[in-house]
Amino acid sequence: MSGSNRRIGVPVFLDTDVVFDDLTEARADEIIARYPFSRSALLPLLHLVQSVEGFVSQPGIEFCARKLGLTVAEVSAVATFYTMYKRTPCGEHLVSVCTNALCAGLGGDAIYATLSAHLGVGHEETSGEPGAPGSITLEHAECLAACDHGPVLQVNYEYYDNQTPDGALDLVNALQAGERPHPTRGAELTDFRSVELEIAGIFTDLPSRVDAPTASVPTLRGAVLADRTEQRAPVMPNSVEFPPLPEKK
Amino acid sequence: MSTPANPSQPDEPLPVTPPAATSIEDAVSREAGPGTASSPGTGEPPSPVPVTIEPALPPAADPAGPLSLEAALRGSVPAPGEHWPTPADGGAPLTPLLTRRWASPRSWSIQTYRQLDGYQALPAALGVAPGRITELIKSSGLRGRGGAGFPTGLKWSFLPPASTKPSYLVINADEGEPGTCKDIPLLMADPHSLIEGCIITSYAIKAPFCAIYVRGEAVHALRRVQNAVNEARAAGFLGQDILGSGYNLEIVVHAGAGAYICGEETALLDSLEGRRGQPRLKPPFPAVAGLYASPTVVNNVETIASVPAIVLGGSDWYRSMGTEKSPGPKIYSLSGHVTNPGQYEAPMGTTLRELLVSAGGMLDGIPLKFFTPGGSSTPIFTPAQLDVPLSFDDVAAAGSMLGTTALMCFNETVSVPWAVWKWLEFYKHESCGKCTPCREGTGWLVQILRRIVSGAGTLEDLDTMADAASNIAGRSFCALGDAAATPILSSFKYFRSEFEDLVTGRTPPVVESRLLVGAH
Repeated sequence: MSGSNRRIGVPVFLDTDVVFDDLTEARADEIIARYPFSRSALLPLLHLVQSVEGFVSQPGIEFCARKLGLTVAEVSAVATFYTMYKRTPCGEHLVSVCTNALCAGLGGDAIYATLSAHLGVGHEETSGEPGAPGSITLEHAECLAACDHGPVLQVNYEYYDNQTPDGALDLVNALQAGERPHPTRGAELTDFRSVELEIAGIFTDLPSRVDAPTASVPTLRGAVLADRTEQRAPVMPNSVEFPPLPEKK
Repeated sequence: MSTPANPSQPDEPLPVTPPAATSIEDAVSREAGPGTASSPGTGEPPSPVPVTIEPALPPAADPAGPLSLEAALRGSVPAPGEHWPTPADGGAPLTPLLTRRWASPRSWSIQTYRQLDGYQALPAALGVAPGRITELIKSSGLRGRGGAGFPTGLKWSFLPPASTKPSYLVINADEGEPGTCKDIPLLMADPHSLIEGCIITSYAIKAPFCAIYVRGEAVHALRRVQNAVNEARAAGFLGQDILGSGYNLEIVVHAGAGAYICGEETALLDSLEGRRGQPRLKPPFPAVAGLYASPTVVNNVETIASVPAIVLGGSDWYRSMGTEKSPGPKIYSLSGHVTNPGQYEAPMGTTLRELLVSAGGMLDGIPLKFFTPGGSSTPIFTPAQLDVPLSFDDVAAAGSMLGTTALMCFNETVSVPWAVWKWLEFYKHESCGKCTPCREGTGWLVQILRRIVSGAGTLEDLDTMADAASNIAGRSFCALGDAAATPILSSFKYFRSEFEDLVTGRTPPVVESRLLVGAH
């Protein structure tokens, strides 16, 4: 904590002693250079500072404001709008359980209740010292766009499909013991901060990360059924003419 | 598997009975038989344009690949000689186009994509005047796959012809509508179809810059899309003077940060500009003043991924699938109490009954109670609408919206008030707060629904809820407010008695009140 230089009006837990190093500065510059206008880099930059601290702190907000020539208020307004920017320090892993209607009905509510009871925490709360090995932040998530795999949960935004309360409990027990069970669909599990760096658009090992298998039974079901029953889209014609331009009026 | 219910079989055509030899036990417990998962591929080099829509490459094409089709399908492959549902059984006529590469090994790599017609449409498109591509898409009848169904070519043609500002293409890959799960599998399985579509579309609208806004939580899709952009650049399909055409394009892959509202196109643009994701007043529409106040086209992933195929096959070929006003194939996403949930690509106008037959029927034979034709924002349907052709116009005529063809199927065990409550918790959480009807209305509706599902509601609550929902619908700033009112208004239409039974105590509460503490 920053002792006598504490920021006025800023909650203690948001006021950290973080120093964003030269690498982070360089990465921020790299992200900014991708856009025609620099402010478009704000969402990625907030992910970037989150990858350093495990949440968006006040110094993190000031860093983004300085890099983009914005006010602290402008950046705070954005940081507080989006669910993925965490305002309290997160655990080594973030476990997100879908509790929207469909997943909830298939068992998502029971999974969330089981994990909440096991960890002794509720929504957006952390079991263990945030960031320490085995620490886990729990949240219930809105629809994770994997409804055909329901009920689903994510660990650090990697998919664990077709979950059960017991299976999810085993998964969380393993995470707490320092293990990293492989996602159903997604790259080898790392930790919350490492994934936030990827979401910021900084990929240090993309060729190997991208390779993890994602083909699943529900994803391929229709394609495979069509193949087995020899159904295809109609055959394309031999040649195709583009229509002419409309006549000028 | 729990003991299956044994529902009576009335004259009504429900439940959709699984075809012979396709039971849930078959579907989930059987190991793949030897040889059942290899495609009848020939191993010959791909033919030049014109092309036949070939099924997936055989797994043998890349034995070193990490993807084993056998392993991927373990548990879902009927044993040799067993029956797969076909149209003759009443199943959907499948027309895999966007999904045709998904089962191939490393389907997401540029090598596989190029083996299966990939980047063959691009040179053809770059060889004609940009306006002729727009004309082709117009004549194909392609309509936006993000939910609204607006004619795609027409949208492109709205860009002012002589703007002094650059135009932009923005891809809406912020998939989050409850029930919708088609774009993220596409981004994971075949990102190059989107990238090729982006390049052709950007050329057609003369855009030097394209942004793909991917939902932040979809981190593996993000990797696949970024990798596809990198591969396309290395192959000379992006950057300066693409394929010697003199055309330049940069694509940036941009991650969101967890906000459903950013699926609304103007909120997405604000978010992409580094602001809170709140919708803008229209007009001006994005075609005139979109990203950075410049002319902008915003299209869904599935829409733009269709473009290369239309360039290769032409509009007449594309129109040979689907209905007259909703041409082409569509990825239908079946989820919920279905024996084989998943992605089924079939012509527009396919019915849920057909799709359910293809999917092995309702899980455990428990009858269907209600479903959404296109996500939670579309008015619910009941089994009476099982035979409604799932096209934009037919679904609208039947009183709902096609939306994203997210067919969430709920069986008779599900309480409608409970499902509506869960959906309203979602809309309350995702309301951006910009306009009062939506911000305040969703909050009040959730409080009332919590009372009702925990057994503390009153009959007056039902009237209040109907009144509040009617005052949100049509009076909110964007479609999110309308969407929040939809589950209430449509469930009252078919299932009001369930709400009445809860508040009068004829049925017990569906949720213990202690479980509501801290809910969302």
